[in-house]
Amino acid sequence: MKIIVLEKQVPDSTEISVDKKTGTLIREGVPSITNPDDMAGLEAALQIKDKNPDTEITVMTMGIPKAKGMLEEGIARGADKGVLITDRAFAGADTCATSRTLADAINKVGYDIVFAGRQAIDGDTAQVGPQTAERLGVPQVTYVDEILDVKEDQITVKKSLEDVEQVVTVKLPCLLTFLSDSVYKPRYMNCNDIVDLQKEDKVQVLTNGDLNMDPSLIGLAGSPTSVKRTFTKDVSDKTETFTLSEQETADMIAKTLKEKQIITK
Amino acid sequence: MAKFEEYKDIYVFVEQENGNIAEVGYELISEARKLVATIPAMGYKVVGVLLGNGIKDKAQEVIAHGADKVIVVDDELLKDYSTQFYADALTQLINKYKPDSFLTGATPLGRDLAPRVAARINAGLTADATKIEVDQEEAANGVALLDVTRPTFGGNLFGTIVCKNTRPQMATIRPKVFELAPVDESRTGEVEEFKPTWTTTEPEVFVEKVIEKVKGDVDITKADILVGAGRGAEGCLDLVQQVADELGGVVCCSRAVVEDGYMDKDRQVGQTGKTVRPSLYLACGISGAVQHCAGMDKSDMIISINRDPQAEIFSISNMGFVGDVNKVLPLLVESIKAAKSE
Ligand SMILES: Cc1cc2nc3c(=O)[nH]c(=O)nc-3n(C[C@H](O)[C@H](O)[C@H](O)COP(=O)(O)OP(=O)(O)OC[C@H]3O[C@@H](n4cnc5c(N)ncnc54)[C@H](O)[C@@H]3O)c2cc1C
Ligand SMILES: Cc1cc2nc3c(=O)[nH]c(=O)nc-3n(C[C@H](O)[C@H](O)[C@H](O)COP(=O)(O)OP(=O)(O)OC[C@H]3O[C@@H](n4cnc5c(N)ncnc54)[C@H](O)[C@@H]3O)c2cc1C
Repeated sequence: MKIIVLEKQVPDSTEISVDKKTGTLIREGVPSITNPDDMAGLEAALQIKDKNPDTEITVMTMGIPKAKGMLEEGIARGADKGVLITDRAFAGADTCATSRTLADAINKVGYDIVFAGRQAIDGDTAQVGPQTAERLGVPQVTYVDEILDVKEDQITVKKSLEDVEQVVTVKLPCLLTFLSDSVYKPRYMNCNDIVDLQKEDKVQVLTNGDLNMDPSLIGLAGSPTSVKRTFTKDVSDKTETFTLSEQETADMIAKTLKEKQIITK
Repeated sequence: MAKFEEYKDIYVFVEQENGNIAEVGYELISEARKLVATIPAMGYKVVGVLLGNGIKDKAQEVIAHGADKVIVVDDELLKDYSTQFYADALTQLINKYKPDSFLTGATPLGRDLAPRVAARINAGLTADATKIEVDQEEAANGVALLDVTRPTFGGNLFGTIVCKNTRPQMATIRPKVFELAPVDESRTGEVEEFKPTWTTTEPEVFVEKVIEKVKGDVDITKADILVGAGRGAEGCLDLVQQVADELGGVVCCSRAVVEDGYMDKDRQVGQTGKTVRPSLYLACGISGAVQHCAGMDKSDMIISINRDPQAEIFSISNMGFVGDVNKVLPLLVESIKAAKSE
């Protein structure tokens, strides 16, 4: 069985802060991590491989050349190989264009199942998974929290919705999107695999020279959405902060709530 | 900029399950009414799109909430939600009616469906919008271009997204972001049925079993008064509950409190929890991380208590109090009691 795990390299959003003077994000020194939902997908794939050693796992990303390091980490955790899709021509892609390029590369590599994260913590759209499935022409199951059974031609998973969980079976090939708060917690990297990486380059690089996609369908040109402007939240001036005694604090809150008629008789 | 003469009106996907319509559909219709009112010269309508089985009689309810027209797709294959049949039907509907814009709730269903449809028709889709405006300069030229604003980087950065060269302009919007307009039972509107042609009726995904999640006793999104507990209040959760009881409110919390095992996930407010919009949000020992604030900063009034004068929560509060919740909350219970009996 061939599994492709989609991974996106993202800035660790818990470490991002806003420069209140300029109103821009401070990204310098913010570490890059593998998107948390993708780590769950990778772990799910590795557990399938634990049981069926002839499973072949490919970690794949579209990103800048530096993202190779993330794929190597995936290989050190147990994936067989990596595919880095990188080219200036792909830059500025929205989800519509990103999914086209990913689907093209996925078809070139070959697959039975594609695993994606539900949502990336930077772009935050949760659209790339379903859109890639659409481009591949395969069914999708979103919000997967556990794989229950894998057969040659179908897979049974548990998906988590707001009020219910569903057990669903889907024919292969298909695409699943995983949640980081699923049962899949990432395992550690394996030293032997890290050593192997130094001996052999297991990451294949694909440029648009390899994929040969129509330039009008990729990158900025192939993106129907465009970012008109970005801004950080206004620091509101509606705030008043008080430092009072505890009794005064309690009384003032109660008095305010009474005035606003939140406390009534 | 290109004009899309054939594309007209603002369409809203009205999500339903077993005939129960999700409120977010009505929130979007309410907002769409405001949007069309800013471009009166274009004569745009608000059109509700209702997919399901045995749901025709719900169309009037959609009209009462502000739609000028409802397109109903009533088919056995649409009885329960499936990505496959809903995407097939909706794509055909969009290709036939040519909406200028198409709004969907950013619910689990909406976020499964909308991207799939958008990819099939190669339309731009803006995710999780928090604000929508019509660009008035473009409107003067006869183009109803939507400026759609959304948070990214976990709420740290906002982007305004436009779709200049494709139609429909699609967006998903979270529940509770827009206000519900009052219902007008006497409103009248047009109802039209649309029949999709199925290329296959063979489902790709089989639902074997549906397991109800152990449901919490309350729905925090429906509460009008919320008392939020953060990690700083973990030592006095009983007091947080007492304050909530005195105010007739409900207790909710930050993700830290869920992770530490003190409360269930269905009480969590924020980006990966629920979005709430109560009259009062009283934040106790919550630091005010963007991921938390993303779920509650639209509350009518925010009062916070935190012992750190630099806490982020103060910057989004109407009133902030520097103090120790262990000491303030017992006194607050008494002060509320006193205020009630005054
Ligand atoms: C401020 C701003 C706002 C934006 N808003 C929108 C918008 O509303 N609509 C829109 O279409 N685009 C938007 N974009 C562009 C969008 O962020 C990029 O297309 C982004 O690369 C992919 O989207 P995402 O991060 O939301 O991924 P998601 O869809 O959240 O990612 C889900 C999963 O898809 C996989 N995946 C995603 N990207 C890659 C990749 N490059 N390589 C491998 N796997 C991947 C991962 O498994 C990931 O977990 C915006 C960009 C900015 C800067
Ligand atoms: C992808 C992602 C998604 C996330 N989603 C969410 C989400 O949906 N919701 C959410 O809440 N978080 C979310 N988080 C986590 C978020 O970043 C914060 O870590 C979390 O909100 C912190 O919770 P807290 O404020 O309760 O705890 P802390 O950050 O630990 O803050 C505790 C606060 O209590 C104060 N305090 C301590 N003792 C006292 C006392 N005795 N009296 C008064 N004040 C006291 C401290 O000064 C401090 O400000 C998410 C994070 C990520 C990365």
